[in-house]
Amino acid sequence: MTLSGILIVVMAVLFAAGVYAILERSLTRMLIGFLLLGNAANLLLLIVMGAPGRASFYPSTGSGTGGAERISDPLPQALTLTAIVITFAVSAFLLALIYRSWQLGQQDIVVDDTEDVAVRARGEAVEEVLDDEVEVEDADDKDATDFVGVVTAPITVLHHRDLAGIHDDAPTDDPDRPRGGDA
Amino acid sequence: MNALVPLVVTLPLLGAAIALITSRHRRVQVLVSIVTLSVALVISLVMLVAVDAGKPLAVAVGGWPVPFGIVLYVDRLSALLLVVSAIVLLAVLLFSVGQGAADGDDETPVSIFHPSYLILATGIFDAFVAGDLFNLYVGFEILLVASYVLITLGSTESRIRTGVVYIVVSLVSSVLFLAAIAMIYAAVGTVNMVQISQRMAELPPSTQLTLHLMLLLAFSIKAAVFPLSFWLPDSYPTAPAPVTAVFAGLLTKVGVYALVRTETLLFRSDDVNVLLMWVALATMIVGVLGAVAQAELKRILSFTLVSHIGYMVFGLAVATPASIGATIYYMVHHIVVQTTLFLSVGLIERRAGSTSILRVKGLMRAAPLLAALYFIPAINLGGLPPFSGFIGKFALFDAAASQGGGLNMLLIVGGIVTSLLTLYALMRAWNLSFWREKDDAPETETLQRIGYLDAAPLATVTTERRVIPRIMTAATTGMVCVTVALTVFAGPIYDVCARAGASILQPVQLTQLTEEVGR
Repeated sequence: MTLSGILIVVMAVLFAAGVYAILERSLTRMLIGFLLLGNAANLLLLIVMGAPGRASFYPSTGSGTGGAERISDPLPQALTLTAIVITFAVSAFLLALIYRSWQLGQQDIVVDDTEDVAVRARGEAVEEVLDDEVEVEDADDKDATDFVGVVTAPITVLHHRDLAGIHDDAPTDDPDRPRGGDA
Repeated sequence: MNALVPLVVTLPLLGAAIALITSRHRRVQVLVSIVTLSVALVISLVMLVAVDAGKPLAVAVGGWPVPFGIVLYVDRLSALLLVVSAIVLLAVLLFSVGQGAADGDDETPVSIFHPSYLILATGIFDAFVAGDLFNLYVGFEILLVASYVLITLGSTESRIRTGVVYIVVSLVSSVLFLAAIAMIYAAVGTVNMVQISQRMAELPPSTQLTLHLMLLLAFSIKAAVFPLSFWLPDSYPTAPAPVTAVFAGLLTKVGVYALVRTETLLFRSDDVNVLLMWVALATMIVGVLGAVAQAELKRILSFTLVSHIGYMVFGLAVATPASIGATIYYMVHHIVVQTTLFLSVGLIERRAGSTSILRVKGLMRAAPLLAALYFIPAINLGGLPPFSGFIGKFALFDAAASQGGGLNMLLIVGGIVTSLLTLYALMRAWNLSFWREKDDAPETETLQRIGYLDAAPLATVTTERRVIPRIMTAATTGMVCVTVALTVFAGPIYDVCARAGASILQPVQLTQLTEEVGR
């Protein structure tokens, strides 16, 4: 028996479709992409096994014409089984993740990194603070020494009971709590 | 002695099971985790001493004859990394215990944290002792699955967002790795690393190159080497401080370890070394430029993490015994220092309520000990003499310079520039958050504080001094001491690294492996 060409074609198609789907922003499509990729890799492991033969637990000196050389290579099968189990566990985790993402944001897409966006949108004022040389010179001008009249104040966080202008109405991610307000 | 090898993998796994069963009893969980990792540390130390004195340890799991079954293999490199990662895991565990106790375990659901953490340890240890490629894959998967849980701990919105990126990227690299294993098996008919290295030389060069590049691609994603590193600064900073610390220290280094094995054992030909040189240069420069642009401490550190992976790739690309030894020393140094820095940033976050260097100020006066805990590892990472960062970089440049060549010189210049820029980024953070007085902020305070409330709407309102639990400070101080010890005992430690570098470049024969198992 020889290697099946159909298997190779199927594997290639699975890889291509998987790559296409995993590049999407939607998490569900990404999951589908991962499943396709995982199956493609498993199929590749099976193809690597070479020409299929008898099951490897057959006695090699059986009644038929079979010998040790006629049995399938068992190692890729073991590898495939392990890989299947791992794929299974990871896709279960991914499903839970997608569900949680949907629960939180009502949409299952990958969004841009907020910090990256913040760095891009940074204004002149922030750059000036970051350029700490200016900062240090200012401090030197104001006081003869750094240690005059400074109280080691604790770090405080203001809240709307300290300042009427602040409203703590940002959304919470606790499903049991109502939106806004401060409990 | 050989019997100790499987123990480093099975003990944390057993500990994870016990921690899961006892999830209702926090104290028992903590005790189980600490005891397990301490025992793992002792075992690793014993193995390091034994391996350094004599021959490598090898165990054939299940008693299968050598090339067919799974072989666990511990040489100097593995043993050294086992010791370092056990120390780091233990210190970070203590840190997280302190943090959990202080938070009343609101943020970190401990019932999940401890089992996942131990499974992460299992995966890391398994990857380090793996003697065949598929076991390495399994080790990677164990640690990755545990890291998926840890990076989305508490499943808040930002952690889910960044976790998705991390998970998808890791999955892609795992699929690539699996496909590479299949290809290698098709080409050489084995997954045993020693046997692969023997048979690889018989293949045509083009086939070798294809297999080599596939493995490099998979491991480079995990190690965050430049064009494949963009996932890291996005995903690491959002996780809880101890999780980020252990990820930054260890996970990328497992990738680097796999790269070391690929370059020194599996593929002995130097057909991609020039490519690796350029990749290393790009990793160093682009990574550190990212760090300079950031204004958030954890992200600054994440970018320096990426940039310093470049040094290790550089050492691998030079591929002389001296440079491999220097790479190993640099790995050890970087694991410890990067973890320590992330821990001290965790303390800063706790003390000041933020890690943005635009907001945090006046810490020098408010927390002098914290200042020391940040400053020492920071100048160490920046490569100032006499610290271990300087020793590692110097050894690396020395090895490269002794080999000569224009590209090596270019890389050395790039490395020095990177080191200075790292120092610049870290010292700017130091100037702004520690040196700057609390009062000289030009912006209106109120606007800033409203901004802070937007960023953390659920933060508990507090005007009293934030107390850092002693155990967190103690864990961080302990890690700082380890970084200093790497400098003080640099001689013996560097010698071990140099011997490890020399020994992994010597070809191993399968018969040798059989002998090791037989002992």
